[in-house]
Amino acid sequence: MSWCFREDSAANGKDVKRMSDNSNDVDWKIICGRMAGVLVLLAGILFAAGLCLADSPKDNSVPSIFEPRSTPAESIRHLSFFVLSVTGLIFAVVFILLAFAIVKFRSKSGDRGGEPAQVYGSTQIELAWTVIPILIVAVLFAATAQMIHAIQDAPKPKEAVEVTAIGHQFWWEFRYPKLGIVTANELHVPVSDPAHPTPTFLRLLSADTDHSFWVPQLAGKTDLIPNHPNETWLDPHETGLFLGQCAQYCGTQHAKMLLRVYVDSPEDFNVWVRRQQQATNQDERGAAGRHVFETTACVNCHAVGGTNGTGRFGPDLTHMMSRHTIASGAADNTPENLRLWIQNPDAIKPGSLMPAMKLNDADLDALVRYLETLQ
Amino acid sequence: MSSNAMTIQDVAAPDRTWTQVLHEWVTTVDHKRLGVLYILYALVFLVIAGFEAAIIRIQLIRPHNDFVSPQVFNRMFTMHGTTMIFFVAMPILFGFANYLVPLMIGARDMAFPRLNAFSFWLTAFGGFLLYFSFLGGNGLYGAGNAPDVGWWAYAPLTSRAFSPGHSSEYWTIALLVSGFGSMGTAVNIIATIISMRCPGMTLSRMPLFAWLNLTMAGMVFLVIGPLTAAQLMLCVDRYLGGHFFDTQAGGSATLWMHFFWIFGHPEVYVLVIPAFAFLSEIIPVFSRKPIFGYPVMVGATICIGFVSMTVWAHHMFTIGMNSYANSFFAITTMVVGIPTGIKIFNWLGTMWGGRLQFKTPMLFCMGFLFQFLIAGLTGIMLSAAPFNWQLSGSYFVVAHFHYVIVGGILFALFGAFYYWYPKIIGRMLNETLGKLHFWLFFIGFHLCFDLMHIPGLLGMPRRIYTYEPGRGWETLNLLVTIGAFIQGIAILVFVVNMIISYFKGAKAGNDPWDAWTLEWSVSSPPPAYNFASIPTVASRRPLWDLKHPEDPDSHYD
Repeated sequence: MSWCFREDSAANGKDVKRMSDNSNDVDWKIICGRMAGVLVLLAGILFAAGLCLADSPKDNSVPSIFEPRSTPAESIRHLSFFVLSVTGLIFAVVFILLAFAIVKFRSKSGDRGGEPAQVYGSTQIELAWTVIPILIVAVLFAATAQMIHAIQDAPKPKEAVEVTAIGHQFWWEFRYPKLGIVTANELHVPVSDPAHPTPTFLRLLSADTDHSFWVPQLAGKTDLIPNHPNETWLDPHETGLFLGQCAQYCGTQHAKMLLRVYVDSPEDFNVWVRRQQQATNQDERGAAGRHVFETTACVNCHAVGGTNGTGRFGPDLTHMMSRHTIASGAADNTPENLRLWIQNPDAIKPGSLMPAMKLNDADLDALVRYLETLQ
Repeated sequence: MSSNAMTIQDVAAPDRTWTQVLHEWVTTVDHKRLGVLYILYALVFLVIAGFEAAIIRIQLIRPHNDFVSPQVFNRMFTMHGTTMIFFVAMPILFGFANYLVPLMIGARDMAFPRLNAFSFWLTAFGGFLLYFSFLGGNGLYGAGNAPDVGWWAYAPLTSRAFSPGHSSEYWTIALLVSGFGSMGTAVNIIATIISMRCPGMTLSRMPLFAWLNLTMAGMVFLVIGPLTAAQLMLCVDRYLGGHFFDTQAGGSATLWMHFFWIFGHPEVYVLVIPAFAFLSEIIPVFSRKPIFGYPVMVGATICIGFVSMTVWAHHMFTIGMNSYANSFFAITTMVVGIPTGIKIFNWLGTMWGGRLQFKTPMLFCMGFLFQFLIAGLTGIMLSAAPFNWQLSGSYFVVAHFHYVIVGGILFALFGAFYYWYPKIIGRMLNETLGKLHFWLFFIGFHLCFDLMHIPGLLGMPRRIYTYEPGRGWETLNLLVTIGAFIQGIAILVFVVNMIISYFKGAKAGNDPWDAWTLEWSVSSPPPAYNFASIPTVASRRPLWDLKHPEDPDSHYD
C-alpha cells in the first residue's frame, strides 16, 4: 500500500520547470479570485432577484418562513440563519477550491506529452478533511437538538387556548372543546402577549387521509394523520390574517385545501367567541330556505345548530356568514359564489366532495337567502 | 490481443434479417447487450417522464391555470416520480453496471447471464405494466386511469375507500415486479464482483467503479425487501380485506411511511453511488492522475452504505415523532454528510496538481461537483429537524432532490454517456454538440432549480395543481417553467448527437481517452466474449502499467 508522492519519470524535470515558467502565481490568484467572486456574486444576484421577484408586501400575503410572527416560527428562523451561515461558509470554501483547481490546473495548449506528478493520497490531508466536518456536525447537531427540544417539548401553560383541528378531504374542521365552538377553515386565535403568553395548542386529527397543518409565519408544519393524534402550538405576537395551506398530499383537491388563521386582539377574540357561542338566528327571511336545507341531502353532511342538520362530513354552517371564504378558502363568501358552489361545486373546486345539489332556481335562491342569515 | 478480437468479430458478422436481429436482442444473455437494452429502455422512459414534467410545469406557469384538470395533474406527478426513480434512474444505472463491471474486472460475462436477462425483462415488464394503467386502470369503476397517489403512495390514500378502481394495483404490482428484477441484478452484480475478477485483481486493485457498484448492489439487496413487503401488505389490504394500513380499522398510516422510507432513503444512495462511480473513473482520466485516496474512497462509500440505512425517518420529521427520535434522525442524517464530503474533497484532490482536460465528460463531472455540493448543503439544512418543519413538503424539498437527481445523478450520467459511448458504439460523440448540450442544460438547470427553492421558502407546498395569486410565487414559477423547457431543448441536442454520431461519429478506436482500466484494452465495441484471453493485472491501473513500463503503478502497489 503506497501513500507516496511520485513524479512521472518521463516528464519529471520538464514538468516541474514548466509549472514555474508558465504560471504566474499572482495572476492566477487574481483570476481565480475574480472568477469565484463573479460566480458567487451571480448566485447572490440570482437569489436576491428571486426574492425581489417574490415582491413581498408587508401585509402578510406572502407566507414567508423568514417573516415569522409567532414564537416557534421565530425560533426556527433563528436556527435556520445559523444553519445557513455554516452551510454558506462550507459552500464558499469548497467552491473556491473547485474554481481554483479548474482554472489553475487546466491543461494548456502548450502542454505536450508527459503526465503530471502521480499523487495517490495523503493521510494528513484526508484526516483533516474528515475531522473538520465531524466537528461541524457536532456543532450543528447541538444547536438542532436544543431547538427540537425547545419547540417540541414546550410546556402547555394553563392560559393556553385549546383547539382540535381535524383534517378532511379537502377542508379543516376546528373545534374549541372548552369554549363549545365548532367552525371550519378559518381559525381564530388570540394574540399572545410575551408578558402573559396565551399560546394556542392544537390537537391534530384526521377524518380520512394524511394532511399537514402549515402556516409558515406561525409555526413549522405538523401532519394530521388518521389514528395518530399529533400536537402543535402557535404563539403569535401580531394581530392579522396569516395564510397557509395543507402541505401533505391528500387527494384530488389538495391544492385548494387552504388555511386562514386570524390572530385577533384579546377583545376581538372574545367578541368572536361570544358570537360563535350564540344560538342560530331564526330569521323569518330564511324560513323557506331552511325548509329546503332540512328536506334535501344538505343535512347528511352539514350541521346547523337548532335544525335537524347534524352531519359532520362537511363544514358546520351554524355561523358560516362569519367566515370570509367558502370551500376552504377557494372562493370569497359572497351570495353569487354560494349559489355557484351549491349548484356546481366543480366550477370552483373540481373534485371536491360537495355534490352538485341540482335544485331548481326558486329553491336555490331560498337556500342562499337562508345561508345569508347564518351570522 | 485487441486486434485479434477485431478480426474475429468481423468474420462472425454475416448479414441477418431484422427479425433475426430482433430475436437475438430479445433472447440475449450477453451482459453488454442487456446493458444496452437497460439503457435504451431507460432513455425511452426518460423522454416519457420528461413530457410528464413538461405538463406539470405548463400547468404551474401561472396561478389558476387550467391547462389540465387536478386529476390529470395528480397522475402526472405520480407517474413522473415513479417513472423517473424506478424506470429511468435504476435501469440506466444497472445498464451501465451491467455493461462495464465485467469489462472492468476482466470477466467474460456476469456471473449469472440468464438471471441477468430475466431481471431485465422483469424490470421492463414492470414499466409496461405501470403504463398500461392508462388503459386498464379505470376498471369497471370509471375511477380514473393512471395512479394518482404520489410516488410514495402514503396510506391511507391508497386504500380502496380513497383509491377506487385499479390504478393503485398497477402502481403496486409494477413496483413489485420490477423490484424482483432489481434484486436479481443486485445478486448478479455482487456475485460477479466477488467471484469473477481476473487473476491479480485483488479487492484493493478493483477500479472504484466496481467497489461502488458492489456497495450499490448490496444496498439494493437489503432495501428492496421492505418495499416488496409493504407492497404485498398493501395488496392484502386492498384485495383480501387486511388492515395493515387501514386506519379506520386500527391500522397504521405511519407503518407504511416507515416501510417506504427505509427503502426510499437508501434508494437515493442506490442512485447516487453509481454516479459517484462514474466520477471516480472520469475525473482521474481527465486530470491525468490516479484517484486521490483510493482506500478512503472505498471506506467512505461503505460508510455511506451503512449510515444511509439509519436516516430514513428524516422524511418524516413532520409526522409527530417524539423529540428523541427526531434528534436521532437529525444526527444520523448529518453524519452521512461526512463521508459524502470526504468524497468531494478526494475528487478535488485528484484534480489538484493534475492537467485537466475539459472534454464533455469532464464538463459534466464539474457540473456534478458544483451542484452536488449545493444539494448536499441544502440536505444539511433539511436535516436540522426544526428547519425541516418549515421546508418539508414544500417546493424547497422538490428543488433539493432535483438538485441531487438532476444536478447530480443526471449530470454524472451524461458524463458517463460521453465517456463510454465510444466504447459501446465504437464512434465518438460530437464534442461541439456535447458542449452545446452541457451549457444549455447547465443554464436551464440553474434557472429551473435554483429559483425553485424560493417558492418553498415562501410557503408553496409541493403537489398542488394550482396556486393562489398574490403570494409572491407567480414570476418564480414562470421562470422555473422556462428553465425546464431549456433543459428539454438540451436533451433534444443530446438525442440528436447520439443519433448523428451513431452514423457519422469519428471512429473511437480502443482507447480514445488514453484511460487506464481494462475496458479500454479491448476493441470498441468489445467482442461478445470481451477478452480473447483473460488478462492478468498487477495494479489498479493495468493500462497505465502497459503504457508506462518504465514506471508502472505495480511498483508501488
